[in-house]
Amino acid sequence: MSDHEYTPKSKVGKWFNDRLPLLTLANHLTDYPTPKNLNYWWTFGGILTFCLITQIITGIILGMHYVAHADLAFQSVEHIMRDVNYGWLIRYVHANGASMFFLAVYIHIFRSLYYGSYKSPREVIWIIGMLIYFLMMATAFMGYVLPWGQMSFWGATVITNLFSAIPLVGDSITTWLWGGYSVDNPTLTRFFSLHYLFPFLILGLVILHIWALHVPGNNNPIGIDIKKPSKDTVPFHPYIVIKDLFALLIFLIIFAFFVFFSPNILGHADNYIEANPLVTPAHIVPEWYLLPFYAILRSVPDKLLGVIAMFAAIFVLVILPWLDTSKVRSTVFRPIYKQFYWFLVADVLILGYVGAMPAEGLYLLIARVATAYYFAHFLIILPFLGMKEKTTPLPLSITEPVLGGSADMAMAKNNSDYKEKL
Amino acid sequence: MSESDKKKPNRRDFILTATTAAGAVGVGAAVWPLVDQMNPDASVKALASTEVDVSSVQPGQSITVIWRGKPVFIKRRTQDEIDSARAVDLSELKHPEKDEDRAKNPEWLVMLGVCTHLGCVPLTDKGDYNAWFCPCHGSHYDTSGRIRKGPAPTNMEVPKYEFVNSNTIKIG
Repeated sequence: MSDHEYTPKSKVGKWFNDRLPLLTLANHLTDYPTPKNLNYWWTFGGILTFCLITQIITGIILGMHYVAHADLAFQSVEHIMRDVNYGWLIRYVHANGASMFFLAVYIHIFRSLYYGSYKSPREVIWIIGMLIYFLMMATAFMGYVLPWGQMSFWGATVITNLFSAIPLVGDSITTWLWGGYSVDNPTLTRFFSLHYLFPFLILGLVILHIWALHVPGNNNPIGIDIKKPSKDTVPFHPYIVIKDLFALLIFLIIFAFFVFFSPNILGHADNYIEANPLVTPAHIVPEWYLLPFYAILRSVPDKLLGVIAMFAAIFVLVILPWLDTSKVRSTVFRPIYKQFYWFLVADVLILGYVGAMPAEGLYLLIARVATAYYFAHFLIILPFLGMKEKTTPLPLSITEPVLGGSADMAMAKNNSDYKEKL
Repeated sequence: MSESDKKKPNRRDFILTATTAAGAVGVGAAVWPLVDQMNPDASVKALASTEVDVSSVQPGQSITVIWRGKPVFIKRRTQDEIDSARAVDLSELKHPEKDEDRAKNPEWLVMLGVCTHLGCVPLTDKGDYNAWFCPCHGSHYDTSGRIRKGPAPTNMEVPKYEFVNSNTIKIG
C-alpha cells in the first residue's frame, strides 16, 4: 500500500473524492509498488481477469438467445450457431473461453506452488483463490450441461450422483438437486440460473483476492520480503500494465487459434447428439480441466471413498499453507523441493491423461499410483521436507545479486533480521 | 452490573433468549420454502406410475421403458438365466439378495436400468455374467441385476410394480 496521502488536483475531483474515495483507489492501483523482478508467470492474474470478463460478456449475450428447457435447449444452441448474427463466434469464444480460463488458472496455481506465494502472510489470498477455483469448476460443469447434448446429460447424471454416496441423506439430496427422480427439465433450469449467478460470485471473490493481495503486496520470484516502495519495486502503472498487456496479447493468439481453427477440439463429439435418457455414451469423460479429479474418483474402488478422495484432493490444496512447513518461499532456494515440484506437475498431468482413458487394466493401476503420490506429496513430503531440507542462501534484496549489496542499509538490515528468523 | 446479575439470568436475558429463539424459528420458516421449491414438484410427482404392455416380449428379450424419467428394464428371462441367477450362493454377493425376492414371477425381471454407482444406463447382454455391464466405470451385473464386480455398491433397484393382467405391468 502506498502510504502517502493522495489529493486530487481538480476541485471537482477533490469534492467527489472526499465523498467517495474512488480516485484514491485509482491512485493506489496506479502507484501500487510491485517487485521489479516479476517474470511472465506473474501475468496470469491479469489474463484471468480478462477471461472472467470475457465469459461474463459472452455469457450474457448467449443468455439472450438460449432457451433453458429440456425440449428446446439443444435446438436453441444450434439456432445460436446457425441463425444468430455472429452467434457461432460468441458461442465458440464462450466455450473455448472456459478452457482458456482453466489453462490460465492452472498456470497461475502452479506459479504460486513454485514460488511459495501461498505462504505467510498470503494464506488468505490463497484460500480465496481456491474458493474461486472451486466455483469455477461448479460454473463450468453447469455450463456444460446447458446445451443438453449427450455429454451434458450424462456428465450431469454422473456428477450429481456423486452426492448419492453420502450415507443416509444421499438419495434425498440427489432428488433435491434434480428436482425430480432423474436429471430432467427442472435440473436444467436451475443449472441455468446458477450458471448465470456464479460468475458474479467469482467476480466478488476476485475483488477480495486482489484486496488481500494488496495488503502484503506481491510475492516475487526469489520470494523474499521487500521494502515498499524502494529500489526493489516499480509502480504498477505503466510497468506491470504494459507487461501484462503484452502477455495477454500472446495469450489471445492461442485463444484465437482455438476459436477460429479448432473450436471443437477441446469438446466432445457426443455433445452434438441431443440428450437421450435411455442411452449412455460408451465412454463418458468430463472436460479436460476436470480429468485429474475424475481419475482420482475412479481410482478408488468404493463409491463413497472415491467421492471423499476427490473432494479431499481439492481440500488438501486449501490447507496447503499449513502443510508446507518450509519458511523459504521460492523453489529457487529449495533444491530438493524443486524436484518434488516437477514430480507433482508430472503426477497431475498423468492423472489427467488416465482420467481420459477407460478405467481398467494398466490405466487403473497408473491412476491408483498417481492418486497415492498426489496425496503423499501434500501430506507426507511437504511437511517433512520443510523441516529437513537444507536451503541455499537467500539474497538480501532483489538488487543485491546484481549490485553486490543493497545501497539501502536499512533494508539490508531488515532482511538479515528476516534471515535470522529462519 | 453487580455480581448477582452475572450469575442469575434476569428478565432481560430471558427476553433476549426468547426473542432470538423466536427469530431463529421465523428465519427457518422463511428459508424452508426457498429450499423446498427445489424438491420434485406436483407435475413431476404426477407421473408416478406407468403401465406397460409386455405381450410382444419373447423369452430372452428385454425392453426399456421410461418411468419417472428413468429407464426401467423389463426382461423376460430364459430358463437358463433364471437357473443361473437362482444357483448363486448368497455369500458370493456384495449386496446379498435372493433372486426369488427380486423377481416374484421368475420369468419377468423388472428393475431400474440405472447403475447404482453413478447413474449410467448399463448395456444389456454384456459383461462377465452376460447380463448387464455399465460402460461408465465397469460394473458387472448378473442375470438377476445383482452387482457382482466393479464399483457399484448395490444391486440395481427393483421398483414397486404389479401385473395388472398377464400382459400388462404397472410400474409405480
